[in-house]
Amino acid sequence: MREITLSQAVNEALAEEMRRDPTTFIIGEDVAEAGTPFKVLSGLVEEFGTARVIDTPIAEPGFMGIAVGAAMTGARPIVDLMFGDFIFLIMDQLCNQAAKTHYMSGGKLTVPLVLRTNLGATRRSAAQHSQSLQALVAHIPGLKVAMPSSAYEAKGLMKTAIRDNNPVVIFEDKLMYQDKAPVPEEEYLIPFGQANVKREGRDITLIGTSSMVQVAEKAAELLKADGIDAEVIDPRTIVPLDEATLLASVRKTSRAIVIDEGHQSYGVTAEIASRLNEKAFYHLDAPVLRMGAMDVPVPFSPALEDLTVPTPERVAANARKLCAGEMIDAA
Amino acid sequence: MATTSKKGKTNSEAYLRMYRQMVRIRTFEDNANQLYLSAKMPGLTHMYSGEEAVAVGICEALTDSDRITSTHRGHGHCVAKGANFRAMFCELLGKEEGYCRGKGGSMHIADQSHGNLGANAIVGGSMGIATGSALRAKMMGHDDVTVCFFGDGATAQGLMYEVMNMAALWSLPVIYACENNGYSEYTKTEEIAAGSITARAEAFGIEAFKVDGQDVLAVNDLTQKLVARCRKGEGPFFMELDTYRYHGHHVGDINREYYRSKAEEKDWKENRDPISRFRAMLVSEGIAAEDEIEAINAEIARDAEDAVAYALEAHYPDGSEVDMHVYAD
Ligand SMILES: Cc1ncc(C[n+]2csc(CCOP(=O)(O)OP(=O)(O)O)c2C)c(N)n1
Ligand SMILES: [Mg+2]
Repeated sequence: MREITLSQAVNEALAEEMRRDPTTFIIGEDVAEAGTPFKVLSGLVEEFGTARVIDTPIAEPGFMGIAVGAAMTGARPIVDLMFGDFIFLIMDQLCNQAAKTHYMSGGKLTVPLVLRTNLGATRRSAAQHSQSLQALVAHIPGLKVAMPSSAYEAKGLMKTAIRDNNPVVIFEDKLMYQDKAPVPEEEYLIPFGQANVKREGRDITLIGTSSMVQVAEKAAELLKADGIDAEVIDPRTIVPLDEATLLASVRKTSRAIVIDEGHQSYGVTAEIASRLNEKAFYHLDAPVLRMGAMDVPVPFSPALEDLTVPTPERVAANARKLCAGEMIDAA
Repeated sequence: MATTSKKGKTNSEAYLRMYRQMVRIRTFEDNANQLYLSAKMPGLTHMYSGEEAVAVGICEALTDSDRITSTHRGHGHCVAKGANFRAMFCELLGKEEGYCRGKGGSMHIADQSHGNLGANAIVGGSMGIATGSALRAKMMGHDDVTVCFFGDGATAQGLMYEVMNMAALWSLPVIYACENNGYSEYTKTEEIAAGSITARAEAFGIEAFKVDGQDVLAVNDLTQKLVARCRKGEGPFFMELDTYRYHGHHVGDINREYYRSKAEEKDWKENRDPISRFRAMLVSEGIAAEDEIEAINAEIARDAEDAVAYALEAHYPDGSEVDMHVYAD
């Protein structure tokens, strides 16, 4: 199968859906000629024109609000938010408006929009350009949240997101834009709420989101050398969450670590771990462990930044302890 | 547009200091760019080269107790407000002796000892902070003034209109300094800003001025007047400074002809450069001789070279600092 980058995969998904549905449009900063600072949208304005690939001023709450209004009245906007950190600027439009409109209107109005943005530290971009804020939006009922872990997921989830009748937030890992993966030429969609078992194993389940799937896979390789057989699962969407697949795995392996790049406290890892504890407690041989980013603003210095995110080595070390029945001094 | 005022020889010391500060900024940036190009600097950074007369003209009208808030393109503001090269380069390289102990980097550089409240990586993110600093001055009966630096692109942020309204209602000692360099990232200003920029402030009854941001004396004259009026309780004010950034949006923005022509860049550099213009004036007015100017330039180049060498050798912060400073004691 051909291999393409995550960036190309997103670009293809957008182009295909924009060809298919004339009510779709892209709106955001430097999305047209510049194709975004990450060059993910290059070429789209040439095909679809500036009427459907719309450059905005640096006015995030404004263009987010405009997208909500357009979505409520029949369009399918794809909002481009340059950095995930800017979610804080658009919180009202996203969480008070987009997320609640369908419910508040008694099901009469819908807000079919996609917010595509990013996450991920270790790019030496400091505290306001490195955050992974998926937990913030996953907390709000009415929003769906997708976290692609490779080019394949990025394309299939994006297409599903655009056709969904709800506001969907997609977080791409900005360090993965150039990573290649096999992506079929023919059309496919990845349904929301379907986890992907990336690797089967007997001894412990490693659940990772976004780039943490790669971290989990590398940890599984390290563990293999110690004779520990790890299963790796990618939930692909955290809202909706495919509990059934996660529970089935944990009932089999009896141990689990949940890995996500958001801050550990009150985060995605806490939610998933808690569901596993509640629903698979009698199958567990060890407490389910959370591994998130350290509870600190992301520091600039490489000497500090690298300490803040989960690594394959740290995941493997914790997995060894859980498998040996040792308690872990968790944060 | 304000014209260059010539104050004669009594001002020669101040003029030479302004010249020196502009050259310090240009030299700092040239070195920072080299650090990036030679892969010695982590991350990206935004160069201030070309805009020196704005930061220097304004900051030379301020004292250390006056505050500024800065932007992602913040090295110029930091130098102009009095920062030293060593602690700045250490910060850019993520070293312990940096102004923020390596935690902030280029986009968050700050220097409280000279009243620089810090650069900001959120466009427009410091407008509230600057206005709040001015409210504090007024409440506490202090006479310091706060200058809020921001770009033309930041005028699109709603926060600006909320705080200008309050600053005007409450007569706060704040000066909004819009550095209009013609571009907001890869987009021309006219494509992202409808109508007039100064009229935005005037709508709130704030006196607004347009000034040639490549003319350090024009900028300095105007700022001195506005600062004095702010201290008398006549603030807030708004300045739009016409200027130009010589490099790309950030150091990695090399191929930029799709949004900005080489001819345009050449024109600004050759015909409106704030440093060469001012240097020519210093010489023609007899304030400094060519060899004195060259000596200043050489001394600054040495200072920068030393600081870079120092920063490259300096220590990274110890890993134990990673969870230090999340909360204040
Ligand atoms: C809220 C927010 N939106 C977008 C960005 C990305 N960004 C960084 S600088 C910039 C352009 C800023 O233009 P301007 O204010 O004119 O300043 P200049 O870079 O020209 O100095 C953009 C869009 C950001 N940092 N913060
Ligand atoms: Mg600008």
